Amino acid sequence: MSAFLAIVRRDLRLAFRQGGDGAFAVMFFVLAAILFPFGIGPEPELLARVAPGILWVVALLAAILALDRMFQPDWEDGTLELIRLSPLPLELAVVAKCLAHWLVTGLPVLLATPVVALMLRLDPASLPMLLLGMALGTPVLSLFGSVGAALTLGARRGGVLVSLLVLPLEVPVLIFGVGAADAAVGHEVGRAQLLILGAMLAAALPLCPLAAAAGLRQALE
Amino acid sequence: MPWTDANLPGTLDGAGLAAVRGGRAVFAGLGFALAPGGALLLTGPNGSGKSTLLRLIAGFGHPVAGQIAWNGGAIADDMEAHRARLHYVGHQDGLKPALTVGETVRFWRALAGRDRADEAAALAAVGLAALAELPCRFLSAGQRRRVALARLALWPAPLWLLDEPTVGLDAAALALLEALCRRHRAEGGSIVAASHQAFGLDDTATLSLGDFAPAPVAAGW
Repeated sequence: MSAFLAIVRRDLRLAFRQGGDGAFAVMFFVLAAILFPFGIGPEPELLARVAPGILWVVALLAAILALDRMFQPDWEDGTLELIRLSPLPLELAVVAKCLAHWLVTGLPVLLATPVVALMLRLDPASLPMLLLGMALGTPVLSLFGSVGAALTLGARRGGVLVSLLVLPLEVPVLIFGVGAADAAVGHEVGRAQLLILGAMLAAALPLCPLAAAAGLRQALE
Repeated sequence: MPWTDANLPGTLDGAGLAAVRGGRAVFAGLGFALAPGGALLLTGPNGSGKSTLLRLIAGFGHPVAGQIAWNGGAIADDMEAHRARLHYVGHQDGLKPALTVGETVRFWRALAGRDRADEAAALAAVGLAALAELPCRFLSAGQRRRVALARLALWPAPLWLLDEPTVGLDAAALALLEALCRRHRAEGGSIVAASHQAFGLDDTATLSLGDFAPAPVAAGW
């Protein structure tokens, strides 16, 4: 357990000290969302209609932004070998990396969402559902991303490759995330959509680390 | 003696080992035996498989033929126990520019699941006691190597696998490394090192990997 926390703590420390990936993700999220009113016009009704979709798509892209850095630096400088040699199972090390990735990218995006939602005239009634959906969905994005990041280790232009691999996988998260927020606009409860997002998280939490760890083992041979 | 019951010195044997790298056979029919307190120096021209053999012994991947055994039992049967008994210092030093020397060493210690380890003493053993607060980006190549070698002094492990440990080291650091190795062997630990430079390991067995080059036939794939 101490090894698990050591990885999370070290990744957070690196993120804060280098001020890179985390700050970029949330800035990208805000800036990209701001572009939409310019692109499609400022009519409040139109914006309110598309706001959940915009927020989810942009959050998804922000989560992918730093993915190629998830394992690449550790792989290049030999830290991944030490992680592999430690008594911590590689699968749990992947969970630790995902947790750190989510704390650095997913959580700031989640916190910025209410502000950006206000700007996009999102129906206030659907904000809680949107946030709940994101709280369940963004960790899934980090977990799916870890598989892509592990599989593309060592590939040239790995960042582009990760996006191509991971984006199609993340479409279901997008569908049900937006669905939950839209249901609230129609004064329904998006309980079904939230349950499906929760099920995705429950399935991805054990399965994605298994796949990512296999990819890392392959990369270390 | 620093050993625990789970981590006692033992014998390391390899028999009939063959390895393939990038679709090319690097060595075949390779065997060696190493007794407690012994040292095995791997020599041979570039590309003869020194690093590959060290990585196989460390458990990164499996040999395509043959087996490696610790005290007569194949290491593949219990990789977890095997990983716990070795120190691997590879080509890369595993340092992060943004972390200080002390933070790096503490991270390694936590990663290995050791609650207590004397980090100050380990850094002193490689002559870096004064640099604990310095971020790694300011270190010279030789100092980076010293930090990596500090791992050897951080916690006891009966088997040391050293890949070109002397690269970049000055005379003082070389003497410190020799002292570490000598004490380790006096306590019954064993060392497998790939090096072009004999670094004062007395009565070392030498394994010349050039002798095990596979017959130059076209590979079947």
